[in-house]
Amino acid sequence: MPETTLASHAIHRLEILGEDGDVDKALMPELSDERIVRMYEMMVLARSFDERAVTLQREGRLGTYPPILGQEAAQVGSASALLPCDWVVPSFREMGVHITLGYPIHRLFQYWGGDERGQRGPESLNILPICVAVGTQIPHGVGIAMAARYRRDPAVVCTYFGDGATSKGDFHEGLNMAGVFKLPAVFICQNNQWAISVPLKQQTAAATIAQKGVAYGIDGIQVDGNDIFAVYRATSDALAKARSGGGPTLIECLTYRIADHTTADDAGRYRTPDEVATWRRKDPLLRLERFMAGRGLWDDDVGRRVREEAVAEIDRAVLAMESAPQPEAEEMFTNTGATLSRRQIRQMEVI
Amino acid sequence: MSEQPEARITTYREAVREAIREALMKDERVFLMGEDVGHYGGCYAVSKGLLAEFGPERIRDTPLSESAFVGAGIGAALGGMRPIVEVMTVNFSLLALDQILNNAATLLHMSGGQFNVPLVIRMATGAGKQLAAQHAHSLEGWYAHIPGIRVLSPATIEDARGMLWSALLNPDPVIIFENNTLYNLEGELPADAGAVDIDRARVLRHGEALTIITYSASLHKSLEAAERLALEGIEAEVIDLRTLRPLDDATYLASIAKTHRALIVDEGWRSGSISAEISARIMEQAFYDLDLPVSRLCSAEVPIPYAKHLEDAAIPQVDSIMAEARRMVRHG
Ligand SMILES: Cc1ncc(C[n+]2csc(CCOP(=O)(O)OP(=O)(O)O)c2C)c(N)n1
Ligand SMILES: [Mg+2]
Repeated sequence: MPETTLASHAIHRLEILGEDGDVDKALMPELSDERIVRMYEMMVLARSFDERAVTLQREGRLGTYPPILGQEAAQVGSASALLPCDWVVPSFREMGVHITLGYPIHRLFQYWGGDERGQRGPESLNILPICVAVGTQIPHGVGIAMAARYRRDPAVVCTYFGDGATSKGDFHEGLNMAGVFKLPAVFICQNNQWAISVPLKQQTAAATIAQKGVAYGIDGIQVDGNDIFAVYRATSDALAKARSGGGPTLIECLTYRIADHTTADDAGRYRTPDEVATWRRKDPLLRLERFMAGRGLWDDDVGRRVREEAVAEIDRAVLAMESAPQPEAEEMFTNTGATLSRRQIRQMEVI
Repeated sequence: MSEQPEARITTYREAVREAIREALMKDERVFLMGEDVGHYGGCYAVSKGLLAEFGPERIRDTPLSESAFVGAGIGAALGGMRPIVEVMTVNFSLLALDQILNNAATLLHMSGGQFNVPLVIRMATGAGKQLAAQHAHSLEGWYAHIPGIRVLSPATIEDARGMLWSALLNPDPVIIFENNTLYNLEGELPADAGAVDIDRARVLRHGEALTIITYSASLHKSLEAAERLALEGIEAEVIDLRTLRPLDDATYLASIAKTHRALIVDEGWRSGSISAEISARIMEQAFYDLDLPVSRLCSAEVPIPYAKHLEDAAIPQVDSIMAEARRMVRHG
């Protein structure tokens, strides 16, 4: 009996925008200048938010905060491809997605300041609260996609998670189930190469995260996560495929966590400044600016103006956050359930 | 005068199946998912026949992934459905505990009040079938520890039939524990049986001598013990807790005010059990009503043994309930 090859799989990587700002024209998605400027503004806004959040935390005005620095292209690029009917199921490091979708920025500050009321999204957005229990949101995305399918609803569910989450059973179970049921789901792994102090190599022996899709019978693709056009294109393609019944896709955005894991971490204890410097040079924002400059859409003045507008918007959001009244102690009971037990009511009265 | 609808003999298993069928017919958002619920009809044959009637989209066999299908149930509930998730037994629900506690029970809070999770999870529980130490535990009491979920323990055919619909109407997650020794229980069910309240405990037998507070399979043992004790002149009041979270204190406290003796029968392990909670509440709220200390009959604190005689010895039985009741009545 001969030995035969049953299947062989190639894993593709998509890059469109190079570090020098040049694009591969054949792969470049169709985007008007206006949309490109909009995406740029969102990246600047996301970065300004992030910088302010870190500052506010240092001043004791926010709680522990997980920075997104360096991951803006993966977030703004993917979120820009979504339709209003789509769902977003985030982990905890996707504030760039929130901002791109128009989530009120003062609510983001409010949440990271320790007030869950900030997680209540506007009715117009289908977005779950952030999820800190790593990877547990993946099955929720699967279930929402099941519901969309049952309801014959055109929504696709975009579920975000990190490289560390791919080691969880939830990742395996969730993607497997999405594959079996051919669900309208897109799984976006922001592979920032670190899970707190654990580097990617200690997270998995696989050469890519994308290839993990193969085992579940779903397409996997790696994109340059610091290339906003590659992220946008891969997400758009995956959404279109899912919407037309083609099933789920796993997109690995290979990027890098430039900042500490959270404001409570010191990454200097476990990685070299050289490594961080290498990735700083791959800054997704600089790359987009170079591209836009080549198209006549960007110069120092544009950069300054966009930056100033972003900072002004962040200023307004901080003011709005700080003028929101603090929750009353008894409010911690209100959202434990639709009705409170008598015992809870007694406990509430005592507090 | 309205005509009494005819009662019919049915089983606990059929009552649960009828409840699922009714829910599927009444509300198109309802669907059932879990391992082997479709073609196989459920590992306790509860969903037999439902796949043929409702099709694979509403009776959905899932991969062997407790965390994923409980999590997907949460997602489907958030997406506007009313999922019924079947977990084979409480033992395997531990694989999904993160989903149940860290997600289902907290999402309303985490979303600032935006997202209720109208999810119903059903699972089998309990010893008595020689299924050994990885299939026989009673962990209802653990779940009853968690704010944000409701925990139901139907012990009667009427509750097996009626609790599911009430659970589906509840905007928050509900877990329904079905004791595996009860599926073959036979009894009468009125033809028009339907939803029941899921707030109150129920007095199933009246008596003056002592109050036996119990739930699930131990209810039937307690009732049998009470009948036999009556032959000796001891009339026990027997209370079925029905809902383990939130506990209905009022019903058992009223009974204790009358009998002055409280015996709790609980198939869970003794330390940190729901019986410990009830005992504490009695101490807090009815200390001066008691003629003697609260007594508890619980499972031995061991992994439930495989051998029949050891399994029987490990959990409360009619004889042990009778002996304890006699001791309490003689003592005080
Ligand atoms: C189940 C679980 N285990 C551990 C943690 C603690 N923890 C929080 S974030 C994190 C690392 C996550 O890494 P990754 O998935 O790569 O996401 P990133 O932080 O890089 O965005 C860990 C271990 C947790 N929150 N949840
Ligand atoms: Mg990571």
